[in-house]
Amino acid sequence: MEELVNITIDNQKITVPKGTTILEASKKAGIDIPTLCFLKDINEIGDCRMCIVQVEGKRGFATSCIQKVEEGMVIKTHTPEIIEARHVMLDLIISNHDKDCLTCTRMGNCELQQLAAKFNIQSLEFSGERKEHPIDNLSPAIIRDPNKCILCRRCVAVCKNIQKIGAIDCSNRGFESSISTSYNKSLKDTNCVYCGQCIQACPTSALREKETIDDVWAKLKDPDTYVVVQTAPAVRVALGEEFEMPIGTNVTGKMVTALKRLGFDKVFDTNTGADFTIMEEANEFIERFNENNNIPMITSCCPGWIRYIEINYPELTPHLSSCKSPHEMLGSLIRTYYAKKENIDPEKIFVVSVMPCIAKKYERQRNELSNNGLFDVDCVITTRELARMIKHANIRFDNLEDSEFDNPLGMSTGAAAIFGTTGGVMEAALRTAQDILTGKDLDKIDFEQVRGEKGIKKATVNINGKDIKTVVASGLGNAQKIMEEIKSGEADYQFVEIMACPGGCIMGGGQPIKNSTTRAEIDIRKLRSDALYSIDEKSNIRKSHENPVLKKVYEEFLETPGSYRAEKLLHTTHGKNI
Amino acid sequence: MLENEKEICNCNMIEEFMNKIFKTYLPEKDNLIQILNEVQDEFGYIPKTAQEKISEFLKIPMAEIYGVITFYSRFTLEPKGKYTISVCLGTACYVKGSQKIMDRLKERLKIEPGQTTEDGMFSIDQTRCVGACGLAPVFTVNGEVYGKATVKKLDEVLDRIKIRRIRGLGFGDGFKILIIKNRDFKPVPESLF
Repeated sequence: MEELVNITIDNQKITVPKGTTILEASKKAGIDIPTLCFLKDINEIGDCRMCIVQVEGKRGFATSCIQKVEEGMVIKTHTPEIIEARHVMLDLIISNHDKDCLTCTRMGNCELQQLAAKFNIQSLEFSGERKEHPIDNLSPAIIRDPNKCILCRRCVAVCKNIQKIGAIDCSNRGFESSISTSYNKSLKDTNCVYCGQCIQACPTSALREKETIDDVWAKLKDPDTYVVVQTAPAVRVALGEEFEMPIGTNVTGKMVTALKRLGFDKVFDTNTGADFTIMEEANEFIERFNENNNIPMITSCCPGWIRYIEINYPELTPHLSSCKSPHEMLGSLIRTYYAKKENIDPEKIFVVSVMPCIAKKYERQRNELSNNGLFDVDCVITTRELARMIKHANIRFDNLEDSEFDNPLGMSTGAAAIFGTTGGVMEAALRTAQDILTGKDLDKIDFEQVRGEKGIKKATVNINGKDIKTVVASGLGNAQKIMEEIKSGEADYQFVEIMACPGGCIMGGGQPIKNSTTRAEIDIRKLRSDALYSIDEKSNIRKSHENPVLKKVYEEFLETPGSYRAEKLLHTTHGKNI
Repeated sequence: MLENEKEICNCNMIEEFMNKIFKTYLPEKDNLIQILNEVQDEFGYIPKTAQEKISEFLKIPMAEIYGVITFYSRFTLEPKGKYTISVCLGTACYVKGSQKIMDRLKERLKIEPGQTTEDGMFSIDQTRCVGACGLAPVFTVNGEVYGKATVKKLDEVLDRIKIRRIRGLGFGDGFKILIIKNRDFKPVPESLF
């Protein structure tokens, strides 16, 4: 039996389990306490002191996000003293903040700005000296702007404790304090893998993506360039959130219409690329499994993960699948197969990928992901950047009619849709692998064991009398555990799926940013992931190898999975690019 | 920050020292400060190579170690000069005008607190209270306290170090005693202590 305690909050008597924080208890009582540095389960340190309350009989204020309730506690959350103290605290934080809100990417979605509005801050009491820091914009993916930083440490917590990277931490003291890398180097010279979880955690825009919208606008204006866009599976179940639609709304049709209105010449689907990935990856797995060649095989779709293994476990890189990630495969096919078919000069094509991911910006410019001197993908923008473009073009997104992806690289299966969530790549690969290994069209489609929220999911699948041990991990802290198991020889997995972001691409660093309250109250991962599984369920074709487009492209162009041409266009090398 | 570190210090020597002290510690996070202390004492700063070794040994990210080093004024990222001159800017010394001594020191050595002169001879530190408020204002040279300091007295000490350097004389533990005993110099007045 759970032990309960009786407390009084703002004259309201409630009973909560022992160990509850005052903040949680207040929430239960329907009382809202402002927070800033608090990020549920990630950063609970009572640092910013916005959440202070008064406890009868105790001196001073208590920080409600860490203070646990005790029997008989009488708590006041909004006395004039508390409100004044919070106001002073906020004033002090804002006094050292770069206040160029009008030209800030987080305008309207900034937790500091929201608090300032809530507290009716109209003039600043403290307007002394401000500490000016240099901006780090040298990495291909993330901009670090300490002038906008309020030292809440949410980014540090997610980087160090969840992802187990620790690329950034607090440095110096007092007025000199900042969140910095070792020796304040650029992120590009650290062990940062560009997963972008810090951007998701940041309440302001001290950490933000390196925006490349202008490159896209420039190409859209140029009549000589054939601009092709493709969208990742996870984008379609999150983009609507930027237009006030409920979390987990599938906006595929509206998104395609919006992209066409923006002036892209062709709108293709990265899901089609994902089907190609499964075709190649499943075949590669079967071959390696039969030859016992570098088993376990580890998926290679996630660029944050690739950078992580290259930095931290270079000796394990031979275990990676040689497959390019889906958008790179599709980019490669657009420049070769599609260009030839439509008689377009590959050099005139500009491939834009819309991704839920920050690390894809880094992946795009890896030299080995190119062919004949042309990168497979020319530009990567995030879900958020696409939303900004749509708003900029004055398109009423919620009013748009639905339309379909363009042919031929717009047709995809249900297996590709679930690529965007943890366990999805594994499930899609198993669907294809079992059919190839048995030579039958099996009815078993759902692999429930690899679904769900857990960070590490293990499942043994029996195909054709052989047991295949699989493990799925999301979040780099979990990936680290699996890698240690493999390194020490404890593990005997055959197939491993890793995604760098906890929950997979749907929770990627490039997705719409949710404030800490939403993150605490709503299971965002589940809603977005359910939307992907529902796309899969409703699909007529749910196995990648049954996609008619694939059959056609292999017949006309690639010949077979793993053929010389497929190897050249759809596969890559890992391990040399740190 | 310190691009030419490899030239200044001998990396093998640092690695050797690190391996030696790691034998006396368990690889536990709590030992970070103690290990940093030993490194600071040995090399006069925390070389990057040492940080890398510690990061590996204790499994602490480089950024966190950097954070700890920059938090505590005891640890430095740059090699300290042969003579570290610390000026106390604590309340008592500050009220008695220690800022003027700091300003003069910066002017003469042409460096800022936390930096070292190009010839590697002098470093400036600012400290908060060395526990000699009765002697305020106070500065220290390699830990030796000079009380009731004035700009003139600071100049005197700097000049003496300079002359000793020109004559090739050392500056050992007994520097202060040496300048008193050495007949070449006017004895340091009692009030300086």
